[in-house]
Amino acid sequence: MKKRLAVLASILCLSACGNIEPWVKPYEREALADPIMSFDANPVSTAYTHHVFEAREGARGALGSAGGGCGCN
Amino acid sequence: MSAGYGRRATGDGRKVLWLLLVLGCLVAFAAIAPASAGVLPEDRADVLYHRYDGGGVTIHGPSVLVRKKMAEKYSISANYYMDMVTSASIDVETSGASEYKEERTQYNVSLDYLRGKTTYNVNYTSSEENDYEAQTFTFGISQDLFGDLTTISLGFSKGADTVMRTTRDPTTGRRIVDPTFSEDVDRWSYRVGVSQILTKSLITTLGLEVITDEGYLNNPYRSYRFVQPGDTRLFALATEIYPHTRTSNAVALNAKYFLPYRAALAGGYRFYTDTWGIKANTFSIGYTHPLGSTPWLFEVSYRFYDQNNADFYSDLFDRANEQNFMARDKELSTFSSQTLRIGASYEFARNGWGFIKKASANVFYDRIEFDYEDYRDARYSLLDSADPAFRPAGSEPFYAFGANVFQVFFSAWF
Repeated sequence: MKKRLAVLASILCLSACGNIEPWVKPYEREALADPIMSFDANPVSTAYTHHVFEAREGARGALGSAGGGCGCN
Repeated sequence: MSAGYGRRATGDGRKVLWLLLVLGCLVAFAAIAPASAGVLPEDRADVLYHRYDGGGVTIHGPSVLVRKKMAEKYSISANYYMDMVTSASIDVETSGASEYKEERTQYNVSLDYLRGKTTYNVNYTSSEENDYEAQTFTFGISQDLFGDLTTISLGFSKGADTVMRTTRDPTTGRRIVDPTFSEDVDRWSYRVGVSQILTKSLITTLGLEVITDEGYLNNPYRSYRFVQPGDTRLFALATEIYPHTRTSNAVALNAKYFLPYRAALAGGYRFYTDTWGIKANTFSIGYTHPLGSTPWLFEVSYRFYDQNNADFYSDLFDRANEQNFMARDKELSTFSSQTLRIGASYEFARNGWGFIKKASANVFYDRIEFDYEDYRDARYSLLDSADPAFRPAGSEPFYAFGANVFQVFFSAWF
């Protein structure tokens, strides 16, 4: 029963995906395209800033970049 | 000494194999390349100087990034980064060692390939110090969906490091790499991300990353401390012992909102947990403000971070070999940090200059305050016991320090 429900839910989800109309049209994305809205406007600076924190804190990851480099002790 | 992602570099042969792997991927992508549409990163060059100054440590150096599109299907980038370190940190002082200097050099090459609404990325990073080498190979894929309102990305990194240590040559007295010590670390990282346009003014991202490390995860120079037998007011030191595996999970939610008068408000939260018992929270908020139609852009942001200690962390153990794993790394202690950033950018050559479309000069300053809750300033118990400032081991004040971080960089788009 659970399996059938899961299959039904999956089909509903997928069919919904197929019908999704973009509710923000391409011509309405002027503000979103503004460079000030970029999450990573200065990649060389962002990478350095992440490195500064990652080298001094226990937490790591999920920073939106590929990661890597050193965690200087 | 650093710990990082990266494939172990046991020699030039290994590096050549990695490069061949990267090149193989590039050739494979090129072979399946049909006509493409979409957007690749802009062509740009950045030259940055960075300087970190805090806790007795100064690290500065350059970073140079160049990114260029080819045939509107490929974007290749290369980054050169360098740290020049001068350290007399509290760890160095507590161990009785003297100030040291070292350098770390990092190279990175990356290739994006755009095919329809799918972007593939391969990335190779190499980091080298006299006592640490790391190499990383990364593969990523991202797909635009639902009228480009949603972007889903997946990423995988594999790497390994070689941990070495320096020692003093008994005959010459000079510091050399210890030929009897070389350890490995293997690292795997898996990432999933979703970027979602919610309204005409609001975009959000959700990211999840799982990282697993296996190998020698200690810093071979760092010690834990324990109560000195015979005099409980003092402490003795012994080399830390860490578990050989660590798996971490991090999930981050970020959002950016466009304000009607052309400014941007950003906010973010990250939750982190790992198998060493550390849980951490990171909160951030930022504001970006272009000054009318002038070339000036200002930004201000605040970041708060806190974590609890690792299960095997203690500021002062009761005795040597008290438990299987023992650490006194302040990065594994209970602490919080707060960061305030101010930044300014000035755009010039806005109407183009030769082959340059536009350029900018940028200055960022961060003030970071670290406050430790179970990491004590052991220098107080190293004082002569007759000194009024002397405090017995285990009752010293908690350590805290502030750091100044400067970034100055020029960017040019072409």
